[in-house]
Parts: sequence; C-alpha cells; structure tokens
Amino acid sequence: MHSSVINRYAAAIRDAILAHEADIECLDREIGDGDHYINMKRGCEAIASLADELNTLSAADALNKIGMKLLSTIGGASGPLFASFFMSMSKPLKTSDTMTTLQIALAFEAGVQAIMQRGKAQAGEKTMLDVLIPVAAAFKQLAEQGQSGKDIAAALKTIASDGLESTRNMLATKGRASGLGERAIGHLDAGAKSCQVMIDTICDLVLSKQ
Amino acid sequence: MKKFVNNVDHMLVESLTGFATAHGDLVEVQFDPTFVSRKQKSHNKVAIISGGGAGHEPLHAGYVGKGMLDAACPGQVFTSPTPDQMLAAAEAVHADKGVLFIVKNYAGDVMNFEMATEMLPFEHATVLTSDDCAVVNSTYTTGRRGVAGTVIIEKCVGSLAETGADLASCKALGDKINLHTSSIGAALTSCTVPAAGRPTFDISDSEIEMGVGIHGEPGRRREAMRTADAIVDDMVNAIVHDFEAKQLPTQGEILLLVNGLGATPLMELYLIYNTAAKLLTEKGFSIARSLVGNYITAIDMAGASLTVCLLDNEIKQHWDSPVHTAGLRWGC
Repeated sequence: MHSSVINRYAAAIRDAILAHEADIECLDREIGDGDHYINMKRGCEAIASLADELNTLSAADALNKIGMKLLSTIGGASGPLFASFFMSMSKPLKTSDTMTTLQIALAFEAGVQAIMQRGKAQAGEKTMLDVLIPVAAAFKQLAEQGQSGKDIAAALKTIASDGLESTRNMLATKGRASGLGERAIGHLDAGAKSCQVMIDTICDLVLSKQ
Repeated sequence: MKKFVNNVDHMLVESLTGFATAHGDLVEVQFDPTFVSRKQKSHNKVAIISGGGAGHEPLHAGYVGKGMLDAACPGQVFTSPTPDQMLAAAEAVHADKGVLFIVKNYAGDVMNFEMATEMLPFEHATVLTSDDCAVVNSTYTTGRRGVAGTVIIEKCVGSLAETGADLASCKALGDKINLHTSSIGAALTSCTVPAAGRPTFDISDSEIEMGVGIHGEPGRRREAMRTADAIVDDMVNAIVHDFEAKQLPTQGEILLLVNGLGATPLMELYLIYNTAAKLLTEKGFSIARSLVGNYITAIDMAGASLTVCLLDNEIKQHWDSPVHTAGLRWGC
C-alpha cells in the first residue's frame, strides 16, 4: 500500500462524509449534542490539507502523520479516538515494505484495539466500536483464509451495515448519549454511522478497482 | 438561525480576540494552539488549568485571573480542546509546583486531557467534576456530567493555590467540593450550535426538558411546562435525594448557585432563586452564600440550573477570598 492510495481513500471518505451530512447530523441531534458531523468534516479537511506531504511518506508514516494531525485538529471524543486508531495502525506496518492483505487486516485490528483502550469501551455500548469490532474480526478472518480483496470488501460492507443497525436497540453506556438511559433506544449511533460510511466507501473503491 | 456572526468558522477566534482585548488588563490569548492565560504569570504556586468546548462562556476563559485559573483552553463549540493546547498552556504557566487540570466529566474532555497528561513533563493531577445529579452514575457508563459546580471548584481551588498549597492539597479540595456539590438543569428551549445552524432538539412551548445537560443533550425526561414553583420544587428534591444517596448531610450551611443557560433573563433567575431558597430553608439548610447569573451557559438555551454546595469552613474561606477575573470579581 503506497501513501498515494491513502490519499485517494481519504479524498473519497471526505466526499462520502460530506454527502452524508444530513443523516449524520440528524442522528447526533436525536441523542447527541450536534457537533459530530462538524468534527468529522474538520478532520477530513485536515487530512486533505496534508495530501502533498503524505505523498512523500511511507504508508506507515503517513498513517501516523494523519493520527497526529487529527489529535490536534478534531477535539471532542472523536479526536483522540481516531488519532489513536491511525497512530496504532501505523505501528505494525513500520516493519514491512510491501504489505499483504493480512498485514493490513492486522494493522486495522491494532487500530480498533487502540480505540477500545482509549475509550475504555467494548462492543455493545452503542458506539463506533459496534461497527469497527466486527469489521476488524471479519477482515482478519477472511484475510487469513486467503480470500481476495474484492471478496473481503463485499463481505465487510454487509458487516459494517449490520453493525450500525445493531446500535439501534442498544442502551448507550459510553459517550454523550449515556445520560439518556432508555431514551437512546430506537436511535442509531452517529459515530457508528460515520464509521460505516467510511468503511463502505473504502470497500467500494476496492470493488471498483480494475 | 439569527446570530451575530461573520463567518461561523471564524467565530471562536473573533470572540476570543474580543475577550482578550476587552480584558487586556487580566488576560492574554495565544492561537494555534489556543489558550488564554493571565497577563501576569504567577510564581511559586500550583498552576490551575481548565478547558472545554466553547459555548459555555464565561466558563472557562472568563475565570482566568488572580484567585482562580492560570490558564484555560477553549475548544470548538461544545467540543473538547486538544492535547496540544493543554501542553502549550501548561508549558506557559507552570511555576514549579505542578499542574492541576480541572476537567468536566465528558468522554472527549477526559480523553484529550488524559493524552495531554501522558505527554506532560511536569508533576500533575486532575480533578474530574461530575456534579450533575440528572445522570445516574454507574461503573459501566461515562458517568455524571460536570456542570455548574465546576465554577465553585475553580474558584475555591484557585484560591487555595494562591496560598502556595501543594498539588495534593489542591486536588483534595477540588475532589471534596465535587463530592459535596449537586446540580440539575431544566431547559425551556434548545440551543443552536452556530456551525449546525439549527436548534439541537425540538421542544414545544408546552414542554420542558428536565435534567438537560449544558450542550443541549437531552435530559432524563420531557415534561409538561408548569409553574416555576413546581419545576424548582422538583429540582430541589432531585438535589436533596442526591445528597441522601451519597449519605451527605441534608442540613447545614450551603452555597446556592442559580445559573442561567444563556437566554433566560436575570428576572427569572432571581425568581427561581426566591423559590429555591425558600424550599431549601424549609428543609433545614441555611443559605450562607449565593450566586445568581450566567456562569456556565449552553450558548442561547433558555433554561436554568440549580447547584447546591454543602459548605464547611475551608470551602467558605476559599469562596470568600479575593478573585479578579472577567467572570467573577470580589474582594479586590
């Protein structure tokens, strides 16, 4: 994976987040405090501003750079969580020049574990982790089985969207919605929605590759 | 949305610049990373630093000055500041006795301050404020939110730090006040985050949101609008139940803070105070200190919060000591 691929993914993610403004903002208004979309947009724009510099870096260094930039740009809960994800994803990739699908899956898993650690959160708490944990597990399993990138991407799209849907009937025990008790039930989590949108976008790019 | 705004992306910088100019005798502001610090750096004291999302003015920048904070880190509206701001603020104001962070208990604030402390080269401690009794505490959740009690904690811990007290004593006083303070808010309307451009929640003229947070996040219950007396009675009872649940005294001297959330006039806040004072006195409390006004707001939300702090001589002494900030000033 070259850092130009990371830039291409980042640009596509920014377009997708902007396109989903209404959905994401609506969810955050229902059970959050209305700043999630604004923070995601600020993060996407910060990464876009790094594009030229990222092109000169290795993939691992580019991911670390993205993490540092997000840490000083987003704030809120999303800032430290996404920063921890990218910085931790970068570490296992540092040792390898060329990377296999399995290595990327393992790096993704390390990133998700960093989010769990930083947020002191597990699956089932109505957060982004309800999308990220099942996606990381399936990504690793399918990569270990030697499945093709396209097959994995197709499978992860479904898993991400199932993960998002699973937040609907959860009580929130982490994040801003955690003060709401039963009132959070029936609403999707906005952070889970953003993650589903980002994963879906990357999978679509993989699927459309010639 | 109708607000005084040029460009929503520039609001924070324009407002902070105005703040720093208006109070140029007390504070100065730095940008990128952004923090507000005292004009005159203090020496030989624990540095008290707080921070949080913008939109709660005068909290926190309005409490930078003698007798209160050494620095404050404002984030974007309702969004926690970032670790680089906290590190830059600590670097600028630390005075060799350590740094005490006062952090309101929200996931984002806790994580950003935590990442800052992991990188901080000085002795440090953190007081986590969690006075909002509307949120039921549990080991499994983010827990109670930090709201108006934060102002009392910043005032008293700031006062103690001025005496040259050490880091552990400052943290201990902050933790003690947090335990002995309980707050609850009620909203009549939503607030509008400028960048979002529309109200965070919909609420009709005949409803109130009981237990609302300071970001427009919903409370525990949507209720029918009633008389002020009936609403305040529920708020007072929630606070008294919270003290009972914490096995704290439900009598004795208290500080009563009636705080406006941004769009409720002082006339109504004093009316709320009148009822709350009467009810609390009937229950056996003695109101020794009072504060009424807009001290921790939720942008333009109409609503108010009640805060009761159980006083002892130490807290009273530090509440009364001189303070000179943009948001609180007495005794000097």
